[in-house]
Amino acid sequence: MAIDQSKIRNFCIIAHIDHGKSTLADRIIEKTGLLTSREMQAQVLDNMDLERERGITIKSQAVRIIYKANDGNEYIFNLIDTPGHVDFNYEVSRSLAACDGAILVVDAAQGVEAQTLANVYLALDHDLDVMPVINKIDLPSADPDRVCEEIEDIIGIEATDAPRISAKTGLNVEEVLERIVTDIPAPKGDKDAPLKALIFDSLYDSYKGVIVFCRIMEGTIKPGMRMRMIATGAEADVVEVGYFGAGQFIPCDELPAGMVGYVTASIKNVKDTRVGDTITDANRPCAEALPGYKKVQPMVYCGLYPADAAKYTDLRDALEKLQLNDASLFFEPETSVALGFGFRCGFLGLLHLEIIQERLEREYNLDLVTTAPGVVYKVHKMNGEVIELTNPSNLPDPSEIEYMEEPIVNAEVMVSSEYVGAIMDLCQERRGKYISMEYIEQTRALLKYELPLNEIIYDFFDALKSRSRGYASFDYEIKGYEKSDLVKLDILVNREEVDALSFIVFSGTAYERGRKMCEKLKEEIPRHLFEIPIQAAIGGKVIARETVKAMRKDVLAKCYGGDITRKRKLLDKQKEGKKRMREIGNVEIPQEAFMSVLKLDEE
Amino acid sequence: MGTKKLNAGIYIHIPFCVKKCAYCDFPSFPANEEMKHRYVSALIYEIEHRRWPYEIENIPTIFIGGGTPSSLSVDELGRLIRAVKRTYHVLPNAEFTMEVNPKTVDKEKLIAIRQLGVNRLSIGLQSTIDEELRLLGRIHSFEDFLKTYDDAREAGFTNINFDIIYALPGQGLLSLEKTLRRVTELRPEHISAYSLIIEEGTRFYTLYGDDEKRRQKGERPIALPTEETERAMDRLTKEILEEAGYHRYEISNYARDGFECEHNKVYWTRGSYIGFGISAASLIGDIRCNNGLDMARYIEHGPDFEEHMLTRKEEVEEFMFLGLRMDRGISKKKFEKDLNIPYNDVYRETTDALIRDGLIEEDDDYIRLTEHGRDISNHVLAEFLI
Repeated sequence: MAIDQSKIRNFCIIAHIDHGKSTLADRIIEKTGLLTSREMQAQVLDNMDLERERGITIKSQAVRIIYKANDGNEYIFNLIDTPGHVDFNYEVSRSLAACDGAILVVDAAQGVEAQTLANVYLALDHDLDVMPVINKIDLPSADPDRVCEEIEDIIGIEATDAPRISAKTGLNVEEVLERIVTDIPAPKGDKDAPLKALIFDSLYDSYKGVIVFCRIMEGTIKPGMRMRMIATGAEADVVEVGYFGAGQFIPCDELPAGMVGYVTASIKNVKDTRVGDTITDANRPCAEALPGYKKVQPMVYCGLYPADAAKYTDLRDALEKLQLNDASLFFEPETSVALGFGFRCGFLGLLHLEIIQERLEREYNLDLVTTAPGVVYKVHKMNGEVIELTNPSNLPDPSEIEYMEEPIVNAEVMVSSEYVGAIMDLCQERRGKYISMEYIEQTRALLKYELPLNEIIYDFFDALKSRSRGYASFDYEIKGYEKSDLVKLDILVNREEVDALSFIVFSGTAYERGRKMCEKLKEEIPRHLFEIPIQAAIGGKVIARETVKAMRKDVLAKCYGGDITRKRKLLDKQKEGKKRMREIGNVEIPQEAFMSVLKLDEE
Repeated sequence: MGTKKLNAGIYIHIPFCVKKCAYCDFPSFPANEEMKHRYVSALIYEIEHRRWPYEIENIPTIFIGGGTPSSLSVDELGRLIRAVKRTYHVLPNAEFTMEVNPKTVDKEKLIAIRQLGVNRLSIGLQSTIDEELRLLGRIHSFEDFLKTYDDAREAGFTNINFDIIYALPGQGLLSLEKTLRRVTELRPEHISAYSLIIEEGTRFYTLYGDDEKRRQKGERPIALPTEETERAMDRLTKEILEEAGYHRYEISNYARDGFECEHNKVYWTRGSYIGFGISAASLIGDIRCNNGLDMARYIEHGPDFEEHMLTRKEEVEEFMFLGLRMDRGISKKKFEKDLNIPYNDVYRETTDALIRDGLIEEDDDYIRLTEHGRDISNHVLAEFLI
């Protein structure tokens, strides 16, 4: 069956978080009859339990649907759902590159937000035709006229005749389908040219091996072909090609230029199929790769250790399996005096870290000890050597260090005018460098700051939300490295340095952080038979101290009338608590304590 | 039903009192005569109809506790005790304890109780200082207590226990010493001395719950005695009572020679006992059983109970954490005889570590807590969980 390129529409949906992207995707799938509403599990495209629970898209997903338009023709819609979080910006950009147009969903009550802007710019960068849709018009607070103006004023795209819909109720979704046909261009590309296909995602399936999601730009891919990934150089024989049904893969004979689909080949590792790489025909390669490939670099690192040392191998196996599906996850073995054998892991951001951690605990049933996450610092040594520091313990002796650099981001915060002061204070506290502020409408401002990444990886989002009562949205991108006055803060428990508790901190806030860290640890570490000093030190000089008092007396549980239930419970609880402890020297430290640095700003 | 025949202690729970004390979290509440009558009838029904997993041969001990069992009339007590005696074979020399509280009995009632077969009384004294009694929410004064004690002696009771509570909010060592001295002068056969626990759901918890949390964190409490003071109170209690001829045989229990409470020792040594009434607990062989708390259901349908067959691991752990409450400790020989596992295979390492920390001591046969180990017994006992 030959596919008529003019009847293909490749598009994605972009939106600020919670503006209804996945709901609209579901509604489109439902309206085109791919699934009945009964078969629809809410949000078809978010496959992982975690995605559904958190209401976010972690992996890119795609689906092919057939739509019979009012002009009487059948169209192939390839809908590519993109991750919505800033951690996954690169994946988003590759997904966009696979499309010809984008539906921009804007909440009729919330209006344009920071990520709306960031996503639109990203889409425009990829020469996509952006088609605005105003969603949630069924909300009592909906103000589509205002939002329409906002889209035109702030983003600068025509929105007067944008469909006004409710993805939730299905209202006016047909209009969106028709507009996809008329407003989004058909793909181009010569199906007889040398193969050139863009990898926008890949996943590992235990039966099929690596499944590559790609957009065919030029040429045709079919089983039996020898394919080559240009950046990694890996080659493999194509076993199967096909398109995406809802929640299933449907094989077909070939994928010609303009189509979106999947390819399986004898590839064992997703590392060979990097997102953004170009697939070509090994026997008839294209002249040059598609632009924009880059290897994603982890931005946030932390140590992951099995709570039970015997589970080290299980943890390694689990990380390997997750990596099969997530080429941006980095890990390498490391040893900590305090925690034993574990892994230093690199992530795209804190959300990515949390997701991996949760998946390890849930899907692989592992009990983990996580050390405080940190960013990658560049340490310039006296001898000219530059170290990329991912673990504070590896910081060279201060006498060997000439200077250090830390990653800086360009941050944009969109906030209602009444909270501008509060947000500026927050950015100031986090060592932000003010760049600019513009009022994008009377009541809303766009603040631009440069912020050190290590100031935003912890609880910046939470602080932003609470200080603006939810009326601030935030987006950032990495700017680069800048020189900074940084020190390593060491924590001594019972006079012994605990390597896993060390962290790098801006020297101006070191005293404050050290003091808070000691207070927090005092709360976390249970009382022992002896007194335990907790100290924070910089280069051997103690800057803060707290003491966990010795346990002198405990409460005796009653066994009245021979009822030993309470006694048993009390002892079980005590025992259970001990299991979740790490013994360092002769002090038992609860696992949670290793994350204490994250909670310094609580209360 | 098994074929094994067991001796078992009997516990009967009477969940009635005149007024709830500020520290009390036992199932106990004031009730009218009709309610009491219906409850006793339900108890008798349970005593007569309850079937146990093993056949029960003889009853060496009975304990009627509460609440305030003496808040029942002599008639109700008579109905109850007669039901026990006609259903079970109570040994002629059985220890038969009943708890009484001052102001709920007079000499006449005590004589009647004596005649029903009760041969040991446990009187709730708590303190000899009236101010402390008021703080605790007791309905009696020390004077009232003395009256009850005299009546009990005159009624012919020769085995009497006093319950006292210490480490009260605002209490100092001097006031405890005063109570202890007065108590020893009265020469009861047995003294139970408990340090106060601030239990959730009590009036004390509302008042002192936060203070208790502070204390557990190692901070200085405001009203409650500090841990150091409480420890000194434990020491003082032991010192004064031992001086007066009472030996401690369990963390909170002291007796003159020959007057240790046999019923309580059944609990610590994992002997069998069967409990009747709401919330009552039983251990029969390797089965633990707990009656539910619902009074209305108990009266209508009899007890809802949960049975649990102990695993070998649980039996081993219980042997240790219950047995170590006794001053003489646990016998390794008895451990091996009862549980059929070599002690050293299970606990050698734990034992050595705790000895190193000065928390337990060991001789040829016995393992026991040291004074330090007793101070932080939960910490020590938790080590014996496998």
